[in-house]
Amino acid sequence: MTALTPGQPLLTEEPARGRARTGRSYSNRPGKIVYGLLAAVVLGGMFPLWWSFLVASHDSAVLSRNPFPLVPGGNFLQNAATVIDTVPFWRATMNSIIVSTVCSASVVLFATLAGYAFAKLRFRGRGPLLVFVIATMAVPTQLGVVPLYQVMAKLGWTGELLAVIVPSLVTAFGVFWMTQYLSQAVPDELIEAARVDGCSMIRTFWHVGLPASRPAAAMLGLFTFVATWTNFFWPFIVLGPQDPTLPVALQQLQAAHFVDYSLVLAGALLATIPLLILFVFAGRQLVSGIMQGAVKQ
Amino acid sequence: MSTTTPLRPATEQSEPPPKRIGFGGRLSRWDLKLSPYLYISPFFVLFFVTGLFPLIYTGWVAVHDWDLIMGQGEFVGAKNFTDVLGNRDFWNALTNTFSIFVLSSVPQVICAITIAALLDANLRAKTFWRMGVLLPYVVAPVAVALIFSNLFADKFGLINSILGTIGIDPIGWHSQRLPSHLAIATMVNFRWTGYNALIFLAAMQAIPRDLYEQASIDGAGKIRQFFSVTVPMLRPTIIFIVITSTIGGLQIFDEPRLYDAYGRGGADGQWQTLTILLYEQGWTRSNFGRASAIAVLLFLIIVVIGLVNYFVTRLISTSEVKR
Repeated sequence: MTALTPGQPLLTEEPARGRARTGRSYSNRPGKIVYGLLAAVVLGGMFPLWWSFLVASHDSAVLSRNPFPLVPGGNFLQNAATVIDTVPFWRATMNSIIVSTVCSASVVLFATLAGYAFAKLRFRGRGPLLVFVIATMAVPTQLGVVPLYQVMAKLGWTGELLAVIVPSLVTAFGVFWMTQYLSQAVPDELIEAARVDGCSMIRTFWHVGLPASRPAAAMLGLFTFVATWTNFFWPFIVLGPQDPTLPVALQQLQAAHFVDYSLVLAGALLATIPLLILFVFAGRQLVSGIMQGAVKQ
Repeated sequence: MSTTTPLRPATEQSEPPPKRIGFGGRLSRWDLKLSPYLYISPFFVLFFVTGLFPLIYTGWVAVHDWDLIMGQGEFVGAKNFTDVLGNRDFWNALTNTFSIFVLSSVPQVICAITIAALLDANLRAKTFWRMGVLLPYVVAPVAVALIFSNLFADKFGLINSILGTIGIDPIGWHSQRLPSHLAIATMVNFRWTGYNALIFLAAMQAIPRDLYEQASIDGAGKIRQFFSVTVPMLRPTIIFIVITSTIGGLQIFDEPRLYDAYGRGGADGQWQTLTILLYEQGWTRSNFGRASAIAVLLFLIIVVIGLVNYFVTRLISTSEVKR
């Protein structure tokens, strides 16, 4: 059981837990009720997806049937094919992949650079600038959509992916997160040693800062990917129907087929599958990322 | 407030004078001096251009007659604001936004703490359970909205047929105001409860274990320990989560937008939120001036609530044990 922990090297509190609580060591496993309740929570979280699959694998007439069949039907692929024909599905998937990949790479790169500077370099104005970064984390920049739209219109970018990508190239949270991590992950002596050896600033960053930042950078990349993939408001405003991201395509699907729930839910599932795959491989990192962020807030 | 504490030592370190490194010549000194600014500049430049500037400029647009296509018109002073504030749509949207927010944040915090307490037990396969709880987080709000608008369908919806089997009349989840708020709040809770439970779990694990030992020596049972040790120690985390979910929750758009196929927040605006109203004024009615006025008002509301939260946090952390 404890063999699971190597995957989460950043959760250091685990070994101490056995002797906790009641003082009885290691044998204080919780009772069946705890597992039962947790199983209910997990199943409750999965049920809406399972339900969508049920609906999406029949035709929508089945919704009025009573009792509702609890076994999947054979229509899923056909419904999926209709979805792909109705909205520019592949195009939207490609767009979502492009936007999410570019934005996570850029958020990670710029956040690591800035975080490294804030955590490890001395320069005039560092304190106030860092306070500024933290303060902006609480600023609802989404409320600037009207001028942002005007800027994009001026640049001729409305309807283009660039309009979605450029505003998401950096996040204040990313800078804060990397600053926090790097300030304790890189010993100052290491940087000084590199400098004494004659490394330029950027080489020091490249050879000392960047490798040390990898675990935190990977998590930041993951969260940014999920956030960008699921983002709707701004892409919906600025992208046209021909060239949407997946969430925008789902909205089109609903507008076109709102009575046909089999189609709509097939679309919802199709758009979710990529992130479910990501979750299977990186869910553990997401879990420890959330728990780390909390410790540091 | 609590966010700044870990950083304080770092700011104090900036006092010692910069180290002279050899006689690296002018180039090396420029490198040393300019590099930090170079590294932070991409963030600041992009943030100013795409974040801060549009936000500030919103205030400028809000005091003008401004059309989506025609662009800037005359200066009209506070007219957009009085128009917005004088219209019942705004107050309706404001009420809906707050109602959905309260319905989503209060049960969410309670459920998340409960789930965290379950996860904090000495479980077998704890990674599995933690991941299981987090699963809904990767479902996009848009997809969540489509799924739940089906579950909460007025006719043939699963929820209503379950209610029917236990003898309750079908509820107008779409046609009535409060039920629609409940349905939308359920979507928010579905996606975020597990996420917040993990934040609470991390905070719980940071509680010193001897507090529990002390409590159990004093004869407190598990339940008593939970309410008199765990919950008070979680207060800063609760406030942190409330603040972050206020900022996001008051701008809620995706879920109500896709709760039906028309996206206007219901035939009578039963679930029209402020951001939907903003979108409708700006992009359906082409009135950028009014849309900006709504954005400014929403911004002020968020700031006021944020400040209230901040002072509450200060109050609580100063009344707590001095560290």
